[in-house]
Amino acid sequence: MESIEFEKPETVDQAVALLQGASGNAKILAGGTDLLVQLRAQMLEPSVIIDIKHIEETRKLTKNSDGSYTIGAAVAGAEAGDRDDITKDWPGVIEGWELIGSTQVQGRASLGGNLCNASPAGDSVPAMVAAGMTVNIAGPNGRRTIPVEDVTVAPGRTCLEKGEFVVSFNLPARPAGGGDAYLRLIPRTEMDIAVVGCGVAITLDDAGVVKTAKISLGAVAATVLVVEDAAKAIIGTKLDADAMSALDAACQAACKPIDDKRGTIEYRTKIAGVLARRAVTIAAERAGEK
Amino acid sequence: MAKHHITATLNGEPVEFLCSTRQTLLDVLRDELNMTGSKEGCASGDCGACSVMVDDRLVCSCLVLGAECDNKKIESIEGMADGEKLHPLQTKFLEEAALQCGICTPGVLVAAKALLERNNNPTETEVRYWLAGNLCRCTGYDKIVRAVMNTAADMRENAK
Repeated sequence: MESIEFEKPETVDQAVALLQGASGNAKILAGGTDLLVQLRAQMLEPSVIIDIKHIEETRKLTKNSDGSYTIGAAVAGAEAGDRDDITKDWPGVIEGWELIGSTQVQGRASLGGNLCNASPAGDSVPAMVAAGMTVNIAGPNGRRTIPVEDVTVAPGRTCLEKGEFVVSFNLPARPAGGGDAYLRLIPRTEMDIAVVGCGVAITLDDAGVVKTAKISLGAVAATVLVVEDAAKAIIGTKLDADAMSALDAACQAACKPIDDKRGTIEYRTKIAGVLARRAVTIAAERAGEK
Repeated sequence: MAKHHITATLNGEPVEFLCSTRQTLLDVLRDELNMTGSKEGCASGDCGACSVMVDDRLVCSCLVLGAECDNKKIESIEGMADGEKLHPLQTKFLEEAALQCGICTPGVLVAAKALLERNNNPTETEVRYWLAGNLCRCTGYDKIVRAVMNTAADMRENAK
């Protein structure tokens, strides 16, 4: 085995220069909960590992004056879960993030890593998508900001170009009458990979009518899905039985899952509709709380 | 490339070591620092036998690189007892035989101590979720969970 260089840049520009100048395969290290497993399994042979945690921007979780949040790409789930503000404003985002692995894994696992690992079943991703989160990417041509759902292009592949990496995320302020939720199905109670995941963010008006909705499904296609027809099915309704049936049907129609030991195509498809109903119900309850 | 020269603290004492990029914190603890209390079970973050605290966060030392640990505060099972005086969790695990083969025990103890420092009155559900990343293949979970709950009760009583 070749030896691996190890770098710990302190600025974004240094990290970009290291990524760009790498002769072989450069890998970013944040929490390492995927990278170290892949190294050990010899799934990858990087020439250099670049630890981004010495870049202050990647390690900060800030609530901005307008109520929005900026979340560093390397902030660990346990750090976010200890914060009362974001946990109260966006419980669904935190639920997804905190479902990644055990307490020990939570001590390290980051949003940047979960997104860039590009698994169709990444637990943090559907709730981030539903919440309308965007990603701040730095690279040789400067910075760009894109929606979370545009990052993954295929299982294990992102749209990041050579020299680019995710620095941080933007999470909007919780809107008035807003609520969110993330649910996943696994065959056990903890420590497993989602068979289906569903993230929901909605807003209700004072009469309880759905004003806006964004619904996202994980683990039922090659990438995390945004299901626009599911959102349309409930916008303008009070989540009556017909709206919930239409929501369920739209989610099922969007699924293009694989058949594997975790779940068959039929099972995953049916569960996607069930989870969407339940997640919307929870999000609506939260939207009603002041 | 040259090895990395790392300076850190381990159980309150300054330590220095050299490691290659591939060496995990677990490799460093066991092979470079001769601290063999932390065990390697799966080496992929699933079993928790290598649990340690890094900068006051519970982590799997198999999922941390040694090279990341410069200036870090590391706490392992070896620092749990105060000299000959066992930590209340250690005493309770012995009294209640909350272990069989013992391989998972160091990780369970480190993780349970981290829980009790955050929450001195956890419910059984909270204990079970907190310890979900500590696998015991001797099927000893009930005794482990009871010992943690009973230690918490003793510690609350003693704090009065």
